[in-house]
Amino acid sequence: MAYPDIIGKSVPRVDARDKVTGAAKYTADLCPANALVARVLHSTVAHGLVRAVDISEAEKVPGVEKIVTCFDVPDIGFPTAGHPWSTEISHQDIGDRRLLNRHVRYIGDDVAAVVAVDEVAAARALRLIRVEYEELPAYTDVSSALAPDALPLHEEVSDSNIVKQHIYEAGDLDAVRSRADLRHFRHTYRTQPAQHCHIESATSFAWMEGGKICVVCSTQIPHIMRRVIGQALGLPWGSIRVIKPYIGGGFGNKQDVLYEPLNAYLSYIMGGACVRLEISREEVFTSTRQRHAEELDYQAWVDDKGRLMGRDVLVLAQNGAYASHGHAICANSSTVLRDIYNDELATRTEAKTVYTNTGTAGAMRGYGIPQACFAAECMMDDIALELGMDPIEIRKLNMMRPGFVDPGTGIACNSYGLADCIEKGRELSRWDEKRARYAKPQSGNIRRGIGMGIFTYKTGVYPISLETASARLVLNEDGTAQLQLGATEIGQGGDTVFCQMAAAASGLDFERIHIVSFQDTDTAPFDTGAYASRQTYVTGKAIKKCGELFRQKLTERAAARFHRPAEELTVAGDRIADRSGATVVTLADLAEDAFYALDGSEHITAEVTSHCTDNTFAFGCCFAEVEVDLALGRVKVLDLINVHDSGTLINPALAAAQVEGGMSMGLGYALSEEMLYNGEGRLLNGTLLDYKLPTALDVPDLKAEFVVTDDPTGPFGNKALGEPPAIPVAPAIRNAVLQATGVAFNELPLEPKRLVAAFSERGLI
Amino acid sequence: MLQIIKLTVNGKPCEIAVDRRWSLAEALRQALGLTSVKKGCEVGECGACTVLVDGKAVDSCLYLALWAEGKSVVTVEGLKSGDNDLHPIQKAFIEECAVQCGFCTPGLIMSAVEIVGEGRVYSRDELRKLLSGHLCRCTGYENILNAVERAVREING
Repeated sequence: MAYPDIIGKSVPRVDARDKVTGAAKYTADLCPANALVARVLHSTVAHGLVRAVDISEAEKVPGVEKIVTCFDVPDIGFPTAGHPWSTEISHQDIGDRRLLNRHVRYIGDDVAAVVAVDEVAAARALRLIRVEYEELPAYTDVSSALAPDALPLHEEVSDSNIVKQHIYEAGDLDAVRSRADLRHFRHTYRTQPAQHCHIESATSFAWMEGGKICVVCSTQIPHIMRRVIGQALGLPWGSIRVIKPYIGGGFGNKQDVLYEPLNAYLSYIMGGACVRLEISREEVFTSTRQRHAEELDYQAWVDDKGRLMGRDVLVLAQNGAYASHGHAICANSSTVLRDIYNDELATRTEAKTVYTNTGTAGAMRGYGIPQACFAAECMMDDIALELGMDPIEIRKLNMMRPGFVDPGTGIACNSYGLADCIEKGRELSRWDEKRARYAKPQSGNIRRGIGMGIFTYKTGVYPISLETASARLVLNEDGTAQLQLGATEIGQGGDTVFCQMAAAASGLDFERIHIVSFQDTDTAPFDTGAYASRQTYVTGKAIKKCGELFRQKLTERAAARFHRPAEELTVAGDRIADRSGATVVTLADLAEDAFYALDGSEHITAEVTSHCTDNTFAFGCCFAEVEVDLALGRVKVLDLINVHDSGTLINPALAAAQVEGGMSMGLGYALSEEMLYNGEGRLLNGTLLDYKLPTALDVPDLKAEFVVTDDPTGPFGNKALGEPPAIPVAPAIRNAVLQATGVAFNELPLEPKRLVAAFSERGLI
Repeated sequence: MLQIIKLTVNGKPCEIAVDRRWSLAEALRQALGLTSVKKGCEVGECGACTVLVDGKAVDSCLYLALWAEGKSVVTVEGLKSGDNDLHPIQKAFIEECAVQCGFCTPGLIMSAVEIVGEGRVYSRDELRKLLSGHLCRCTGYENILNAVERAVREING
């Protein structure tokens, strides 16, 4: 379909100038200088009951205004996931948190909070609080948490430590198991806990004004934040006002409600005084969210041509101490397995989300798919190796095809670029030539290989949850317009593509659309926020509908004023034109007249809700060429190419930038990133120095490519883009290492210690 | 306890009262409202608070405000020329799509100013090393390297 020229144009980001000059304001930049400072006291035991908290010495510290403990806060359990609320109780998120917890469930849990005049007084007071714990057995991994005699971490949720589990079955797997002519493969793949590492901490400040608690915070989900703060404090949701300025990255961590309810509560009990709660980087690591460590016990039955006949996969997700997103992420891990590959006869997946006494897992870029994709793509190469097949050929034989409909969700493959992505990657990486070259016997300390991996990713959360978005366009007196959304800019470039879509739908010049970047839940239209790679799709539909209504209202006004049939008129950039293209009136003149006409003023606005009942699959692949230094256990990535089908690209340059960032995150996931816990549940590397996310030295030149398709369900042919780039990189690198060394690493990350141990064991070094 | 220090910030002489315990980052943010100086870790790991002190890029979170007495400090707020034109590095960051969430951007730009100030051209690998003290989670560094490479080439090439 042909879209207006502004779609597909790489206009510069609308926020770039403010961000390079320092004019862009983030939460901490807006906090009044005289705000009180809050700090949180965290649990030093992984599992226990707080018997007593002695604050007598801490209270004597000059400058301390208030100390609250887990015995003081309302006994209200609240959920934290950035999910749309469900009006059906059975679908509501698990409310297993308190503002401060008497039953502490991980090292880093929240026991007390100090409000003081400055950081120093708050820190001194924290050190003087004495907590007496009754320690309980700590279950720091899934197997100990699932032991029959393990105490449930949350008795009110479950009498075991299983947050939730489910089984999906299709076909007769027993018949497949009993077939002697099939090859049986079984491997266990493990992924590590990882963290988002947004460079801005999770930070907020709160005060009371006009009877409301106002909370400025770094969040992806302002409207959900408002609801959860209301729930946590037991206050009407409308009595909470959330303001979201620019945010320094989120990647899913800020798709959760973190310390904002506690911050709101502290202001509330301080009589509405402004209180700032900025947690340290170390607290971000210990006490916010992380990507689930998952273990996939993966069985496949394959015929001699490499066709998958059946699979049986058990997915175990380590959820940590609190439910956060509950079972949704682990469930997503299991669902994608039947989407990306098809079994000829039978498929069984079982998924369990398990509470443990470790940091809480939640959403992180890819929402369970990086873990599942790692397992699925490792298995494909493991089978291909055994059968002597090319990894691309075995994938083509088994992967999703056009017309696919997921049997559980009904999500359909509405547009399909997967095969073309693979072909493009094959060509750009010179796969055939390199694969053949590196297949020849290699000797010496340096080995090379090339590998690849594919993925699919849904776009938004329908039909699992509600998908809804609203948008508002407001005409200014000079014929420009404000675009207001509840959807959030979190660094991905949302604001820029929203303006492009508004321009395309309304007919206004791109430059005439001014986005209101900050969300204030008192004035911003409702939207559930930035997650599930949904906004260009779901919010895009609202923008399209809103822009079309705005265009109609402008032409109707012009028709009325100039006595022309409205259907002959349209908006053409900066003016109203008729069918011949002749100017009827400039937008500036039309707007001035609309505001100030003595015989009929009209403030032209358009506001719509778009209830979205579509979803669609995005696709892509990664090709990685590596050089492995056996003795050092070091993997050097020589070439890294991602090819994506995200439908039509609204802004190709920004889309490529998104892909590059995701590739880098995938690279860290593959090679170096891991949150290390000791047996007691203590995080050992919770700093940006010790947690090894890639620096500029660690990343090769990144090649982001696209296959453009036109998705009929997307507002402008577009589909998911934000999260997918991080997904296929780790398995592509793993599979390249497999070709280079012959060693199949089934556990992430591929860090030197693990590699050297495996190479030693195999006699390679 | 407050103490008065005199220094030059973004070309203007100023006299500010600072808490002796403050880092330069805190002083620039709190006493002068220069909020481009971002705090990402406050222990010198992320580079978001990088400013120039007498032309050298430093992590201002690790640099006591008192040490800046008599020195010249530059932040991105001070890069625009008199007619509000952006510095070539700022322009390069915009045009090369090197900006995403923007939180690491001011610090990276200040390191780029230092690099460009050396008056020579660098290889991409050299630039990778010079920028490796800055963490960015959004970009994969690709477009940041492109922007700095371009600015270095335009100014020193």
